[in-house]
Amino acid sequence: MEKLTSPYKWGMVVDLDRCTGCGACVVACQAENNVAICGKQEIAEGRNMHWLRIERFWVGEYPDVRVRFLPVLCQHCKDAPCEPVCPVYASYHNPDGLNGQVYNRCVGTRYCGNNCPYAVRVFNFYDHEHAWPSPLNNQLSPDITVRSRGVMEKCSFCIQRIRRAKEDAKVEGRTIRDGEVQTACAQTCPADALVFGNIADPESRVARLSRSPRRFRLLEGLGTHPSIYYLKGGGREHV
Amino acid sequence: MSEPTPVAKSAGQLNDEMLSSMRPPTWRWHVLAFALGAVVAWGLAAFAYQVMTGMNVTGKNRPVMWGFYITSFVFWVGLSHSGTMVSAILRLSQANWRRPILRAAEAMTVFSITVAGLFPLIHLGRNWVVHYFLPYPNQRGLWPNFRSALLWDVTAITTYLIGSSLFLYLGMLPDLALARDRSDGWRRKLYGALAMGWRGSAHEWMVYHKASTLMAALIIPVAVSVHSIVAWDFAVTVVPGWHSTIFPPYFVIGAITSGVAAVISLMIVIRKAFHLEDYLTPLHFDNMGKLLLVICLLWSYAYFVDVNITWYAHEPIEWEVFSFMTDKYTPLLLLMLFGNSVLPITVLCFKKLRRNIGLMLAVSLLINVCMFIERYLIIVPSLSHKNMPFIWHEYAPSWVEMSIAVAAFAGFALLYALFAKFFPIMAVTDVREFEVRKAEVPLGRAKLPVVAGEE
Repeated sequence: MEKLTSPYKWGMVVDLDRCTGCGACVVACQAENNVAICGKQEIAEGRNMHWLRIERFWVGEYPDVRVRFLPVLCQHCKDAPCEPVCPVYASYHNPDGLNGQVYNRCVGTRYCGNNCPYAVRVFNFYDHEHAWPSPLNNQLSPDITVRSRGVMEKCSFCIQRIRRAKEDAKVEGRTIRDGEVQTACAQTCPADALVFGNIADPESRVARLSRSPRRFRLLEGLGTHPSIYYLKGGGREHV
Repeated sequence: MSEPTPVAKSAGQLNDEMLSSMRPPTWRWHVLAFALGAVVAWGLAAFAYQVMTGMNVTGKNRPVMWGFYITSFVFWVGLSHSGTMVSAILRLSQANWRRPILRAAEAMTVFSITVAGLFPLIHLGRNWVVHYFLPYPNQRGLWPNFRSALLWDVTAITTYLIGSSLFLYLGMLPDLALARDRSDGWRRKLYGALAMGWRGSAHEWMVYHKASTLMAALIIPVAVSVHSIVAWDFAVTVVPGWHSTIFPPYFVIGAITSGVAAVISLMIVIRKAFHLEDYLTPLHFDNMGKLLLVICLLWSYAYFVDVNITWYAHEPIEWEVFSFMTDKYTPLLLLMLFGNSVLPITVLCFKKLRRNIGLMLAVSLLINVCMFIERYLIIVPSLSHKNMPFIWHEYAPSWVEMSIAVAAFAGFALLYALFAKFFPIMAVTDVREFEVRKAEVPLGRAKLPVVAGEE
């Protein structure tokens, strides 16, 4: 059997000092990954489909009020709680360290959604397959399945872009260069708060940033070993 | 433990009275069956609506991805626990007072585990691909994930369903033969086939006794494992409030609590419906009451330990979940503590109250209401207040979920009513065997039992 090893370990750094909470990443993700558009009602019901959300917290008392932003997406944990609980392997770990989600294998037990401490898994409570009336369906990306009702979905680190970069690199007989592949959110971030890359390569930008003394990971105490590093903000805005 | 008061009745009379439930159905039975069938049909319609529309017809959301269905699932697995367990333990400990109640208890197990098994299927987002759970060979080389507690559930429940059905069937063999001998037409053929040519020879009885003792010993570990595994659905996760090592024993105790209470409720209903006052005497309720008292004390202890450890560790998120639960669900929590702990422990301490049938019915029904609440309070508040405060969300069941939960009760009652109509609901031969064993013959000055026992 072929040994499943990989020179890649995809990861991300989120610099909270740089994040302005503009939400461009959310829009980019939605456009790239055929994420269904949800109306007021679905959002009020807690059934919105965002793969990436900006958590906004108010800090302090009036008049000294500050705002803090925390972009939260799938953390692509090394020891992901969502993976062992899936009875059908719809949620699995790939050799690149990504948490994959096989949409057409998913039976919709939603166990992974319960067990994800970051609550980044979104479930198709509604039928979103026909959420793009013509001609809007022309904007759907052909690289990605439009998920049917009753399945779980989540951030894939734009796996279709990684695949394409891998194919290009393979043709040229090399590995993917640093910065060659970008997730939609990282590509779009105007403040350059999101940096995506191969953490297994110690020289990559993401690996260098992840060694910052400001780094922390979300809910580190749970031992999930996320692939996303956050860089703590400085100054009074970030208590 | 005192023995039941002797019933001085002839064998024929005993048979007649204990098999009275199998007489042709009265109009009342038809009305009951029709009413229950109507509720079940409503539940099926609600389920069909959910399948056609989507999970948006439920009250679930992110992060509360499980709700009423899983609560019902745990509840019904819990109910199923006791029937077989009580019957098996009492069989092994040779408690003779068990004899009139064991059939009712075993049948309860089979039907409630059947109902329980439906809920994981109902709650799936894509019910039509449920066969993905099964380890069948396929071209794509796909296999279910045996690391998942849900697969353990599937395995445990299938085992328990088969095991408890066999246990019920095995115990029923001589009674089926009896039913065969008393019936004619298609029924005679049916019971004849089911009785598998039982003739009642000494050899058959010997094998039968050995087999039922063995089966009783084998079914107990299965019963315990089933509910531990259901507890693992929660305990193996990292959800605050679920991630607790006491869950397996606590769930097993909870399951026995609700199961014993349900056996008592059913005994009272059967006693009333089929006029079996001579067989299900206050003594039986007294003994079952003692059992229930012990279990309620154990449950209270387990609950105390669970909460106490949460308080003692004082892990912020665990404490947050607990505070949220006590704050938001105070009335339910208090009702649960009253119905599961305070009331039964007070009432069941007194012999007079244990022998009061009406009171026992009230106590046992309330326990099951409270056990449903208990499961709800474990499942929902923990999910509502998970680790990320930004997406805390509350949950309320929708009419679809409630319809299906109610239809499950009706379905259980319907199965039970059908069973009672077509199969002996009392373990006739067991009761009669005891009557014979009890009889004594004078031999000079000494009195000897008529039948030599094995012991």
